[in-house]
Amino acid sequence: MNRIVEKEMLNKNVVKLVIEAPRIASKRMAGHFVIIKIDEKGERIPLTIADADPETGTITLIIQRVGVTSHKLSLMEAGDMLEDVVGPLGHATEVEKLGTVLCAGGGVGIAPLLPIARSFKEAGNRVITVLAARNRELLILEEEIRACSDEVIIMTDDGSYGRQGLVTHGMEEILEREKVHLAVAIGPAIMMKFAALTTAKYNVKTIASLNTIMVDGTGMCGACRVSVGGKTKFVCVDGPEFDAHLVDYDEMIMRLGGYDKQEREAYDRYVAAGNGA
Amino acid sequence: MAEQVQEYLKVERQQPWREELRKAMKAKERTDITRVKMPEEDPHFRATNSNEVNLGLTKEMALQEARRCLDCANPTCITGCPVNINIPKFIKRIEQGDFLDAARVLKDTNTLPAVCGRVCPQEVQCEVNCFYVQKLGKEAVAIGHLERFAADYERDSGNISVPEVAEKNGAKVAVIGSGPSGLAVAGDLIKWGYDVTVFEALHEIGGVLKYGIPEFRLPNVIVDVEIDNLRRMGVKFETNFIVGKTAGIEELKSEGFEAFFIGSGAGLPNFMNIPGENYTGIFSSNEYLTRVNLMNASNDEYDTPVYSGNHVAVIGGGNTAMDSVRTAKRLGAEKAMIIYRRSLEEMPARVEEVKHAMEEGVEFLNLNNPLEYYADERGQVNRMKVQKMELGEPDSSGRRRPVPLEGSEYFIDVDTVIVAIGVSPNPIIPSSMPELEMSDWGTIKVNKETMESSVPGVFAGGDIVRGGATVILAMGDGRKAARGIDEYVKARKKK
Ligand SMILES: Cc1cc2nc3c(=O)[nH]c(=O)nc-3n(C[C@H](O)[C@H](O)[C@H](O)COP(=O)(O)OP(=O)(O)OC[C@H]3O[C@@H](n4cnc5c(N)ncnc54)[C@H](O)[C@@H]3O)c2cc1C
Ligand code: SF4
Ligand code: FES
Repeated sequence: MNRIVEKEMLNKNVVKLVIEAPRIASKRMAGHFVIIKIDEKGERIPLTIADADPETGTITLIIQRVGVTSHKLSLMEAGDMLEDVVGPLGHATEVEKLGTVLCAGGGVGIAPLLPIARSFKEAGNRVITVLAARNRELLILEEEIRACSDEVIIMTDDGSYGRQGLVTHGMEEILEREKVHLAVAIGPAIMMKFAALTTAKYNVKTIASLNTIMVDGTGMCGACRVSVGGKTKFVCVDGPEFDAHLVDYDEMIMRLGGYDKQEREAYDRYVAAGNGA
Repeated sequence: MAEQVQEYLKVERQQPWREELRKAMKAKERTDITRVKMPEEDPHFRATNSNEVNLGLTKEMALQEARRCLDCANPTCITGCPVNINIPKFIKRIEQGDFLDAARVLKDTNTLPAVCGRVCPQEVQCEVNCFYVQKLGKEAVAIGHLERFAADYERDSGNISVPEVAEKNGAKVAVIGSGPSGLAVAGDLIKWGYDVTVFEALHEIGGVLKYGIPEFRLPNVIVDVEIDNLRRMGVKFETNFIVGKTAGIEELKSEGFEAFFIGSGAGLPNFMNIPGENYTGIFSSNEYLTRVNLMNASNDEYDTPVYSGNHVAVIGGGNTAMDSVRTAKRLGAEKAMIIYRRSLEEMPARVEEVKHAMEEGVEFLNLNNPLEYYADERGQVNRMKVQKMELGEPDSSGRRRPVPLEGSEYFIDVDTVIVAIGVSPNPIIPSSMPELEMSDWGTIKVNKETMESSVPGVFAGGDIVRGGATVILAMGDGRKAARGIDEYVKARKKK
């Protein structure tokens, strides 16, 4: 059992939970994730560790409301318990001093990007971050990202904040302007796909952090498999970060939709049972 | 078998109660009795629910079956048992009507008799070596059914004997993984006075017994009773703890653990790496069974989803394949097929499982091998290409090698495919311990006598050492490792 010690809605669809998990807090590094299960009847879902405090023994998770589980999480309050939290899982990001690192985050992907950007900054890199969101309201963690970036470009679909356009527009601008040694792209699969196409044009090594469906998170089930460079990889144990230029995003998008029907039905049942949508 | 064991068996056999029982009935009368039939749930009914298929022997059946056993001077059955259960002794206790003592005899060597009585392949272990099979050409004594009977009787009686626990000796041991090997180590060490903590990656204790083997073959309550017993004896369980991630062995050492047992299993599912295998609707058997068994996905009250396919193809011929295909049937599949590249004869699954699957209406496409999968525009699998095979010369495993029949390719419509072609050892611990010596297959190398790995104080057993094996072999390894750990800790204390 793990206690929620703090809860905050970052916007109407994104919730931040700070959870007691001392062992995980002391071990976790940028790039790691956890698997959580709310209660006895819950499902196991992976969530990136957005932040951690080894002193207080807590980890921070940021969750976007999409289905039943994320909706239930958004309704939990400080003091409530999560039945299961396990981690830290996956390989940590390989952080070294390279020069200039271009970080690109889309939507709730900004949450897993934050610890990575911070680590690269701490390792002495120049960090330029491009954040993208549909509109101003949906942009999260701007302040935290600014604190660890030398420069921040914000892109919104509707131009309600920063500049109007896609994440790739912001990235191109930097890539045109200066030498980038490494790019990191995290967000919806489709965004990572186009971010990778963009950096490929400039021959910049890029890593993407993949958010596939998972069950156990220990390599036992293969639910999380993706094709990378033509080979099947398990995101939970081989990743979650891969060479962004080698990932088969179309297959990943297809597999992410694998349970759409079941999930929609479950969500309808959940709403029908009197839970607000 | 070691000479000591033989000597011990002989002395046991000469006990007056055994002598008396042997004289109570003529051998001819015993061998004239026909083998008991396990009562089973009706195939049509059972294929719609997860009730246990085998219902268990009645007292009368068990008494009658126990009389068949000849209490041989040279009990060859025992040589076939990986943990050398004193088989005639427990069977004769049943014949005597002392079922509780029969259970005690089983527990002398087998930590989980109610589990083994259900899932052990007795037909290729003890029973195949029974005098009835070897010398009389008759059906073996139903050792497995009797084992289950005694264990169930004990549990149902509410008189489970919780073994005595020695005074605490102050030594802390960490057991990694809560499958049968880990539970066996924990069971022995706690009896001998150790402070034992079992670390489990998942949120449930039991390993494959919980997430793999389905309810209709091994109900969870059976496993839970055993786990509760260990708890009552003082074993501590830490779920959601992945050794090598949550904390490494070095950290656990600094927390006072003196010895370690790695029983992390063969968790990594193999795929065939053929085109289209990553389409949606194609799962490993581990994923499919985990969703249903561990996550309760077929119950709407639980949040985990699962495909309840209509046309389900399961690739493989082992227990895992049978468990998957029978599960698919229970989730409502109209057509549930086994696709296996050899013939029925080579199938590694238990005979009983194959028989049950057939009764439940599973189709067997033997001598067939998948080549490719196809999908609709959303990437959902809808068809597969299959090639027919024939059997050629025997390969290194002694089984006849399947050879493709050129030009025999054809298509099958499917909406769900479950790949059950085996597993590889779980790599998490090995990759967190570079000093651990591994085989080319990714299994941990151990000293066969003590089960100690190349790292002093770190022992291992079960599937992580053997590759995919069986419950009883895992348990046997665990018990051996417990002795190894005991010796290791004692030797350290002397220094
Ligand atoms: C579907 C299926 C059906 C089977 N049917 C039969 C049968 O009928 N008869 C039979 O004899 N055998 C059967 N087997 C095989 C048998 O279940 C296994 O051989 C046996 O369970 C192996 O036991 P184990 O203790 O080595 O590991 P497992 O039972 O695999 O347990 C290992 C445990 O360790 C945990 N773990 C792994 N890594 C870590 C870590 N780093 N930290 C903490 N915990 C960790 C895992 O989560 C798991 O719970 C079947 C297997 C399957 C999959
Ligand atoms: S070999 Fe068969 S008949 Fe002989 S002791 Fe064993 S079970 Fe009984
Ligand atoms: S989540 Fe099961 S193998 Fe990755």
